[in-house]
Amino acid sequence: MTYFKKTAVLLLVLATAACTNPDRFGGAGADGANGAAGAGANGAVAGSASDPSSPLFFNQTIGDRVLFAVDTSTITPEGRTILDGQAQWLLTNADYRAVIEGHADEQGTREYNLALGQRRANAVREYLVSRGVPATRLQVTSYGKERPLAVCSEESCYAQNRRAVTVLSFSAITS
Amino acid sequence: MIKRFMTLLVALMLAGPVLAQDGPLRLTITDGVIEPITFAVPAFEAETPAAQQAATDISRLVVQDLAGTGLFREVPATAFISQVSSFAQPIAFPDWRAINAQALITGAVTVNGEQLVVKFRLYDVFSGQELGQGLQFAGTTSGWRRMGHKVADAVYSRITGEGGYFDSRVVFVSESGPKDNRQKRLAIMDFDGANIQFLTDSSTIVLAPRFSPNGDRVLYTSFESGFPRINVLNVANVGRQQLQTAPGEMAFSPRFSRDGRQVIYSLSNGGNTDIYRTDLGTGQSVRLTNAPSIDTAPSLSPDGSQIVFESDRSGTQQLYVMSANGGEARRISFGEGRYGTPVWSPRGDLVAFTKQNAGRFHIGVMRTDGSEEKLLTSSFLDEGPTWSPNGRVIMFSRETQGAGGTSSLYSVDISGRNLKAVPLQGGASDPSWGPLQP
Repeated sequence: MTYFKKTAVLLLVLATAACTNPDRFGGAGADGANGAAGAGANGAVAGSASDPSSPLFFNQTIGDRVLFAVDTSTITPEGRTILDGQAQWLLTNADYRAVIEGHADEQGTREYNLALGQRRANAVREYLVSRGVPATRLQVTSYGKERPLAVCSEESCYAQNRRAVTVLSFSAITS
Repeated sequence: MIKRFMTLLVALMLAGPVLAQDGPLRLTITDGVIEPITFAVPAFEAETPAAQQAATDISRLVVQDLAGTGLFREVPATAFISQVSSFAQPIAFPDWRAINAQALITGAVTVNGEQLVVKFRLYDVFSGQELGQGLQFAGTTSGWRRMGHKVADAVYSRITGEGGYFDSRVVFVSESGPKDNRQKRLAIMDFDGANIQFLTDSSTIVLAPRFSPNGDRVLYTSFESGFPRINVLNVANVGRQQLQTAPGEMAFSPRFSRDGRQVIYSLSNGGNTDIYRTDLGTGQSVRLTNAPSIDTAPSLSPDGSQIVFESDRSGTQQLYVMSANGGEARRISFGEGRYGTPVWSPRGDLVAFTKQNAGRFHIGVMRTDGSEEKLLTSSFLDEGPTWSPNGRVIMFSRETQGAGGTSSLYSVDISGRNLKAVPLQGGASDPSWGPLQP
């Protein structure tokens, strides 16, 4: 995982496609959930963000996250484009599972935001399933407002924090 | 806030250097005007040489507890005319009347090895009578603070006629680190921020602990599996057990039933969040809400018959009351903005809540039918009220704005007075106030 992150930082400079920062909380959640081999080790071996079968391609070129408006879980048109790409990638790379992590901005009470994050992550899951990704490969969790990416108390930060991140993990499907 | 007997009010208004007090020393806490009762605490007598420090510390703590309520005001020792060098000595009431001390508290401390005994007497200075009987508490030298809190609770109770709240503990989340990498640990403290004890390490996110009714266990939400799950923690031995949750489900927002045997909580599945009840003994679960909305933050009424909770079934977060067995819910919040985190008061008369309106957060209270809403605080982010055991004070989290924002615990009287920070090193959130200790 560490190696993966270093690689990601290096490649960030080279990446030509629009990209977002790797979510540094995502990996831990996925590992904890599955106890499976992390996506990172595999991704680093597989190659760069321009290698369409690599997790880096998924995270950066396609985009691993979608953003939401205040207190909503509706997938935006931009979000649909990203999720179409995610679905395509997941269908091509059938050895990967994903945990979709929902997040909220700080403008809300803690427990409500946990539920709101779940609603967002579930909206992503349902969209991916509607595009043919087997539901058994997709899990959902929520961090509510506990793990903001951007720390200012303004809409510019809140907009980045209202997100659902699709965190890959490499694992043969056993059931 | 405080209403005295009319005779006393008149006496205060006419007060010259010496107050007259016709009725007994008594303070009725209402929503009326505040005029603190004045009190004096001469340093408690050390009856054994080893008790010197404890005697000083305990008498100061009694002062701190009482004055900290805002209902009592200390007459400082520098104003004393006479001293009380012996607990047995008769009280020179004129000397205490002369300095306008309405209440006088004397005490003595004995220390034998690890054992500490404190005894005290409370006097109604203006009537020249002892209020209640002399009382003593026995404990350990390391537990001296509890002995001081017990004395202060007894004084508070005798003067107000209500239970105290000083000898109580609060479980909360201790926070450190920046906003985007905040470390959280469960911790317990005395109500005044002393004696912090950590219950978990910071290896995983922990949220929103709740004390059991008798304070022996704590329910909280933990991310150790990567998914929110509910843990039950035994306070005495820090042993933990997880509430069974099906794969794909998130469980959070747990609270104990009044008998401590069941857990009322939220379960999220497929984007929908409902309230459930699970028996800790049998593991049997009952679903209490069934709406395609976020139903969370349940709180039982003191008699256990009803649950107040928040739901966005109307489109925004609002407060609802339903039977403890579920069924139809009735909305009780109708003001502007969003309402969450309702907590039923221990007296049963009020619901405390978090309100979000026009970019500000407030802690407020309303009657259980939603009437007489009153906002007690206002800030960038206040949330998560919890009641003192006697239902007079609310503690909550306040988070400051911006990249360097941190969370602290505050308390406020239900009149909206006496807002103050709980003195703690480092950040803190999600307080849950436990019962008075036996």
